[in-house]
Amino acid sequence: MTASESTSTANVATTPLDAWHREAGAKMVPFAGYEMPIQYDSIVKEHQACRSAAALFDVSHMGRLRFDGASSETLLDRLLTRKVTGMPVGTVRYGMVCNEDGGILDDVLVSYLKTPSDSHYHLLVVNASNRQKIIDWITPQLDDFPDVTFSDRTELTAMIAVQGPLAMEVCKRLFSFDPSRLKYYRATITDQFSKPAIVSRTGYTGEDGLELIVRAEEATRVWENIVLAGRDAGFVPAGLGARDTLRMEAGMPLYGHELNETIDPITAGLKFACSLGDRKFIGRDAIEAALANGPKQQRIGLFLDGKRPAREESPVLCEGKVVGKVTSGGPSPTLGRPIAMAMVDTSVAENKHFEVDIRGKLAAATRTSLPFYRRPA
Amino acid sequence: MSRDKTKLLYAETHEWVDVAEENGQQVATIGISDFAIEQLNDLVYMELPEVGKALDAGDEFGEVESVKAVSPLYSPIAGEVTDAHESLPDELDNLNSDPFNFGWIVKIKITDASGLESLMDYAAYQKQCAESG
Repeated sequence: MTASESTSTANVATTPLDAWHREAGAKMVPFAGYEMPIQYDSIVKEHQACRSAAALFDVSHMGRLRFDGASSETLLDRLLTRKVTGMPVGTVRYGMVCNEDGGILDDVLVSYLKTPSDSHYHLLVVNASNRQKIIDWITPQLDDFPDVTFSDRTELTAMIAVQGPLAMEVCKRLFSFDPSRLKYYRATITDQFSKPAIVSRTGYTGEDGLELIVRAEEATRVWENIVLAGRDAGFVPAGLGARDTLRMEAGMPLYGHELNETIDPITAGLKFACSLGDRKFIGRDAIEAALANGPKQQRIGLFLDGKRPAREESPVLCEGKVVGKVTSGGPSPTLGRPIAMAMVDTSVAENKHFEVDIRGKLAAATRTSLPFYRRPA
Repeated sequence: MSRDKTKLLYAETHEWVDVAEENGQQVATIGISDFAIEQLNDLVYMELPEVGKALDAGDEFGEVESVKAVSPLYSPIAGEVTDAHESLPDELDNLNSDPFNFGWIVKIKITDASGLESLMDYAAYQKQCAESG
């Protein structure tokens, strides 16, 4: 076998929780410019803990961009596929930043938050790998909005996700505000032992849970509080490995895999994250055209026969012809069989039976609706 | 008889080799080391070669796959595959717990023994693992 991935540390940033991860024996890998834990113990165990109790994820590598000023919403409305103007305080929305051709530059969460001193701002959470690209995309637009103050808060803060069926039960003991009062895709600024924290009921695992943003210097204390508070309930720290298998089961797209600059939101199956209405935003015309003409390809879910997982780039065949390729694939620890997401030609996207070419060998695959896994109600 | 991991030869790519004489032929039994298995973690799949396949030293003879990644298996020695552990892919948990005995992967009839000279002994292999770990 080949030697394990290189963990060279040249020009790699670390998160505020780096020392904790190393102390806990995490296997660290470079990811999007950061040294990140891929796993502490076993990816499968971390995955299962998230589905049965809860898992903690350091997601501090994600970019956190703040917009202050009255016309922030107008600026963001121009940038996002989702309507930002009129978002009530404390709401979170998922949307995309597109280029003029409708190509996806990033998929993001935008929140509208009220500070304890009663000022308001918008927060954009972007993918780590796209942070600089999005900053470079936004910066020239700021000229038209002189009252907007734009700041990159990524380095000053840490972001922690607590995800799983027991996440709310344990976390509600830790804040002055009961986070279980937050509805799904709602957020608030509260405090955790008298230090400010942004708490949102969002996540990337298919489970209930929270994402927290705290000051960098508070990160380890907050993380340890949750680890200790959740220990008896079975909470475990989980790395990027489990984060990926969890989001795959939940049928969630990942930038660089299901999404990229050559794919528009309609093709990506993310029409729900586009509010067209009568508003104008960058990429709107292209998205409307894609909607009118219908997408050339569609994102589908596949179960593979046997045990061998298909990985990204594996060709997908239908009746002997290549009709697309796998965008993400791997074993599903919850379902005990390989799953894959694939982009295939629209003309065959309703077919039931496919084959996947895994390094020269064909594996039978059956289309299934996404997500692969839905948490029990 | 249980194999002693300190008496085996090792490839840089983490395969172990146990050379024995069978019917006047030199036969190498090949597996992957405990260190490799720990690094891979959460094995989900293994692909074996067909019996009769001819291999040069360094040729890929199969692959082992974890939740996260696929790793090719390389033959440390030139020869012909005479046996493959067909039940192993269905018992990867046992490969985890006993990589040097139960976890043998293939047997190869050695056609060119010169490749053995470039393999490491246990001490040298341990040193490599310590440096990469």
